[in-house]
Amino acid sequence: MFIINCPYCGERDQTEFSCGGEAHIERPKQPTELSDDQWAEYLFMRKNIKGVQFERWNHAHGCRKWFNMVRDTSNDKIQAVYKMGEKPPIK
Amino acid sequence: MSKNLRINKNNFIDQTTRISFKFNGQKLFGYKGDTLASALLANNIHLVGRSFKYHRPRGIMTCGSEEPNAIVQIGNDPSLTDPNVRATEIELYEGLDASSQNCWPSVNFDIGGINNFLSPLLPAGFYYKTFMWPASFWEKYEYFIRHSAGLGKAPTKSDPDIYDHQYSHCDVLVVGGGISGIISAKLSAEKGLDTILIDDKSFLGGSTIYQENECYKINSINSNKWLANEIESLKNYPNLIIKNRTSLAAFHGYNYLLARESLTDHLSVNERKGKVRQRLWKIRAKKVIIASGSIERPLIFSNNDRPGIILSSSIKKYIDYYGVKTGENISLFTNNDSAYETAISLYKSGVKVNVIVDIRKNSESLIVKKALELGLKVLWESTVVDTQGYKRIKSFEVMKLSDDGNNVVGDRSKYNCDCLGISGGWTPMVHLFTQSGGKLKFRNDDNAFIPDENKTPSNQISVGSCNGEFKLNEIVVNTIENLKSFLSLSNSCYDEIKIICPDEKSKRNIWLLPSDKPIGKTKPFLDFQNDSTAKDVKLALREGFKSIEHVKRYTTTGMGTDQGKLSNMHALGIIADTTGTNMGELGTTTFRPPYTPLTFGAIVGRNVGEFFDHTRKTAIHNWHVKNKAEFENVGQWKRPWYFPKNGENMHQAVQRESKAARDSSGILDASTLGKIDIQGSDASEFLNRIYTNAWSKLEIGKCRYGLMLNEDGMVYDDGVTTRLGENHYIMTTTTGGAANVLSKLEDYLQTEWPELDVYLTTVTDQYSTISICGPNSKKILAKIVPGLDLSDNNFPHMSFKNTKISNVNCRIMRISFTGEHSYEINIQSNYAEDVWIKCMEAGKEFNLTPYGTETMHLLRAEKGFIITGQDTDGTLTPSDLQMDWIIGKKKFDFIGKRSLYRSDTIREDRKQLVGLLTEDPKEIFEEGAQLVENINKKPIEMLGHVTSSYFSPNLNKSIALAVVKSGKKLKGKKLIVPMENKNINVTITDTVFYDKENKRLNA
Repeated sequence: MFIINCPYCGERDQTEFSCGGEAHIERPKQPTELSDDQWAEYLFMRKNIKGVQFERWNHAHGCRKWFNMVRDTSNDKIQAVYKMGEKPPIK
Repeated sequence: MSKNLRINKNNFIDQTTRISFKFNGQKLFGYKGDTLASALLANNIHLVGRSFKYHRPRGIMTCGSEEPNAIVQIGNDPSLTDPNVRATEIELYEGLDASSQNCWPSVNFDIGGINNFLSPLLPAGFYYKTFMWPASFWEKYEYFIRHSAGLGKAPTKSDPDIYDHQYSHCDVLVVGGGISGIISAKLSAEKGLDTILIDDKSFLGGSTIYQENECYKINSINSNKWLANEIESLKNYPNLIIKNRTSLAAFHGYNYLLARESLTDHLSVNERKGKVRQRLWKIRAKKVIIASGSIERPLIFSNNDRPGIILSSSIKKYIDYYGVKTGENISLFTNNDSAYETAISLYKSGVKVNVIVDIRKNSESLIVKKALELGLKVLWESTVVDTQGYKRIKSFEVMKLSDDGNNVVGDRSKYNCDCLGISGGWTPMVHLFTQSGGKLKFRNDDNAFIPDENKTPSNQISVGSCNGEFKLNEIVVNTIENLKSFLSLSNSCYDEIKIICPDEKSKRNIWLLPSDKPIGKTKPFLDFQNDSTAKDVKLALREGFKSIEHVKRYTTTGMGTDQGKLSNMHALGIIADTTGTNMGELGTTTFRPPYTPLTFGAIVGRNVGEFFDHTRKTAIHNWHVKNKAEFENVGQWKRPWYFPKNGENMHQAVQRESKAARDSSGILDASTLGKIDIQGSDASEFLNRIYTNAWSKLEIGKCRYGLMLNEDGMVYDDGVTTRLGENHYIMTTTTGGAANVLSKLEDYLQTEWPELDVYLTTVTDQYSTISICGPNSKKILAKIVPGLDLSDNNFPHMSFKNTKISNVNCRIMRISFTGEHSYEINIQSNYAEDVWIKCMEAGKEFNLTPYGTETMHLLRAEKGFIITGQDTDGTLTPSDLQMDWIIGKKKFDFIGKRSLYRSDTIREDRKQLVGLLTEDPKEIFEEGAQLVENINKKPIEMLGHVTSSYFSPNLNKSIALAVVKSGKKLKGKKLIVPMENKNINVTITDTVFYDKENKRLNA
């Protein structure tokens, strides 16, 4: 169980958070202009990486804020947390 | 049998306190400090149980948590009995009642023992191979397999004991109270760090504490005396907590650990009353020091499983710690030096070892020389090839090893004995290290997997023999040095330490010892509990299994309650030898938590019975209870299901309630619906984006029904939202969806549309909702709020009014989920019960009838209103529900819009919501029943299923909603609902059964 450094509250136990899947997938601005395939790409396709993964997390049982997190799924090391809208601090 | 093998020697047992206990009904005595195993051995009892598969007699083999054989059933109370308890771990208490498992009628005469003679017919994979065919026989096979499977008996009644969970945070957690753990705890505490030291035994000191041998000295005194002083000195540290009888179960990431503390298991039953039995510690440690030690390996030779064959180090512990001789004619069989320490301990206690069989050519070690000086006889370069004795070993046979160790030469010579100690070297206990994510490396010179220091997760360290250090000087010096850097110490209280110990530890490793017989004629056991042998492993390899994970599952090696702690290494070794692989490349099977079995009680703690889950009750709950409501669980909510009167059953009550609601008036507690307060200058725009229909033009004071989709176009939730002000709405959601809808809306606001000025607040608990429906609802409301103009002009359907009931502000919405003229009163929850009672009084003359969820469902089904989650299942679009009217086609975008014209969502043969009427109007079918057209053509094509089904008292016939392939086009079509004993004929209809013109809304 991780300890997650919520950008708003500080370090808290993982049980307070919920994971919202892959980060930096922006909702298309004009969905009506997309083909079925393009829309399906947005809707269904998610990476499942063994290694460094960018994820969305929500401090569900705390401040309820969403934020981004960089986690190495092979060892669960959290490499960075940053607020929504911010650029990832690492590549 | 009634011999006393206790020696009167200065040991760790309180021989002044006698304790009586029972084993298999026989009354026996032991002493305070004994384990069940040591007390049984003192009574010369070795035979404790029968093995799992062949029912072979098995005895005590170890003295710790790695014990594979001596597992017993404790007690016989149907709620307190405890199966699969290791006799080596259970501390003796007055009145302990233990019995053997897996044997019938008794451990001495076990019918199942016939399996032993059938063993050539029961190779690895026997069950997989035999019970494959015919498939239809599986149910018959299963009955017998289930009956012969399993070791102990589970309790049949619920557990009355109390279990606790507790969180703990510390700077340093030390796991293991052996010499390296004690040194670690002292260094940590000395530095002023908050330290917890846990050990699974009742005493500290590990194996060093009873190592009475002048070959081992620390600072000029015997190592055991030195360690005793160190343990004593730990009392001086207020920042050090010591927890005995506490077993580490799991080591998760980020130094989160679970440990089970046994608090009463060592007390007599009378002393346990009112106390917590076990406590599960949830520890978050800044740093973890693993000092979990190592366990001795057995040796693998034919019939190495007989009662009386014990690990050599365990013989030593029984004599040195418990003062118990494990036999009167003991021999030892070894591949390393540690058996000689046992021989010396036995010698000092007056037991002369008959012979030591050593597979090595010789040893120059100091400890071996000492043993030889005592006149002990050693058979060098020899191996045990077989043993005799059914319920206790009687003799063993020895042969000379060939030079390369692959064969035996010469003749067998036989030695009598009643106990054979075996020592195959040591396995570091790396379970916790690997559980935490650490990776192992293989050390070839002593064939051990040890922690790889380059692949160790941060903030943890392994010290002592679990780190592969076995010589006393290495253990102590390396522990101190490693901890100085781990804990950033500049110096330590141990800097001047001086250690004397034997310096050589030679070992010759042969995983499977050779025999003069072919392997097929031998029984070299690997996994003692699951009865898998070296030949099973070889068979699995011959049959093509390559991965060790597969071999493990096929042969069940290492899959018992002991998880193969003793001899997984031998299985790996034999696989490596047979396949010509290096063990390091082969790797190990995965070590999974818990390290030793946890009780279910410890896992669930106090979260049992009414504390299993949260229960949410509405503010009107007490009234419902007083009025004999039957309750239904909706999520965590307790909702009135129906209100039976005069012994009515559910059907009768629901029929009465439904009729009353349409004939005159009904009242429902709708407080559980989710309520979200939405404010902000972009609130209207926000609603436009999340609902399928348009919101900008909704007038203040008006209500609108909204349908919410997922991005995939499937219906997610629905409810009525009311515009309270220019920038202020209140949204209702389904009861079960409330929390998820709020999260979803927050998600979009925070991540996709942060530019919107919108604030969401849940007010589900703050407001209670009382719904009054029926043709007389207006008259009832008029009595409660006499000042309010209830005319259709002033207060039409789908509008709301702010008003007061007895000076309390409330919001009244005129909305309807039943199709009747109806009102929902929303009021601050602490006034809700009063207002409810007022409504009941006002409604008395109109037969105002309280109804529950079942009647609510029936009434809405008559009107064809969906319940998301019942009529929908996440695979239906609005169009599938025949709700195209709610799609704002002109809107630029809303959640899920694009998905509504994906190639899949525009298919015409999707399942679509329809109404169903039965040919026989009295026939009611089960929800979930399948709909088919042709029952003669097999396989029968299933066209859909019933989602809601009721008997409508207002229409006096059965009605149902269903989803059916191409349902929209099938109106009037006759289909069949095949049930177990009959076929029900149905006709597809419109989804609205009652008041199609909606006249009653304004009645």
